[in-house]
Amino acid sequence: MSLSRRLLLGAGAVTALGAGALGLGWWQVDGPGAAQPASPTRNLPRPLGEMDVTLTDHRGRRVTISDWVGRPSLVFFGFTWCPDVCPTTLSDISLWLEELGPDADRLNVALISVDPERDTPEVLADYLGYFDPRIVGVTGEPGEVARILGDFRAKAERIEDVNGDYTMNHTAGVFLFRADGSFGSIIDFHEDRRFAVPKIRRAMKKEQP
Amino acid sequence: MKLPVIAVFAFGLSAGLAQAEPVRQGNLEIDAAWARASIGTSRPGAAYFTVRNFGDEGDRLIGLSSPVSTMTMLHETTLSEGISRMAHVEAAEIPASGELTLEPGGMHVMLMELATPLREGATFPLTLAFEAAGEVTVEVHVFGPGATGPAE
Repeated sequence: MSLSRRLLLGAGAVTALGAGALGLGWWQVDGPGAAQPASPTRNLPRPLGEMDVTLTDHRGRRVTISDWVGRPSLVFFGFTWCPDVCPTTLSDISLWLEELGPDADRLNVALISVDPERDTPEVLADYLGYFDPRIVGVTGEPGEVARILGDFRAKAERIEDVNGDYTMNHTAGVFLFRADGSFGSIIDFHEDRRFAVPKIRRAMKKEQP
Repeated sequence: MKLPVIAVFAFGLSAGLAQAEPVRQGNLEIDAAWARASIGTSRPGAAYFTVRNFGDEGDRLIGLSSPVSTMTMLHETTLSEGISRMAHVEAAEIPASGELTLEPGGMHVMLMELATPLREGATFPLTLAFEAAGEVTVEVHVFGPGATGPAE
């Protein structure tokens, strides 16, 4: 797909989402997203159904993001060399899933690696073995990972270390999508954790906004 | 000699499961030092603790070292526009009658180039250097890779 076509599609998606969100009335602080060339982090993610990116999960299976439509989804970006934010987010999510109980079985829950160079499917499988088994690890070709980051209006940046190692700066919130693939909301990293489970339940209810 | 050894071991084990006693150094008290278990040694680990200052003057945490890591540094996770970043912090203040808390998503000890895996249930020493109170070594308790902190 050419860049201009992707941009056009993206702008269309954001307009459609913006119109829907206006009705809900909760996002006024972010302004009428699509009309402005706002910074990518202030734009809304595209609907999952439009994300025709194919990656690989931690069991080595091909996964196309648009296939997540049909179930509410909880998606976040991270990497397994991340010592602080990512294990914290994974623990939080594991606790939320526990609190949701059997309802959580109806969710797609995915960690998309922003560090595909080190996070192979095997590495992800090893790492995720310590968290809730419903969390799926996703990695892929660096170009495809960059595309999915763009679709989510998320960011990742490689930072070289003093000792020849590197770390990643990355978008830390947890993205919630409704079962129809439309964007629901974000659970920010520093948000009061008590609001997380109600937010997930809201995204699970609004399957037909 | 056999019995006291067993007694000490049993005590150590139960303390490990619950929580370590706070360590006092000058006007400071270091409490609840913990880390997540590492998966192997290739990834950096993170450790957390709280320092309370009972004195009338502030102090500063100026250095960290541990035999489990060849590079132990104070780091801080910051978030701006939803993006998390980690930055090296030279020193951290412990205000008079105040405290410094290292916790997930905030300030943490970065344990780089691990010499040995951090195993769940084990402890390891961490030496903290304070500008006024001097150096003190605390035992860091290792919880699971998905732990959120020491149990209450």
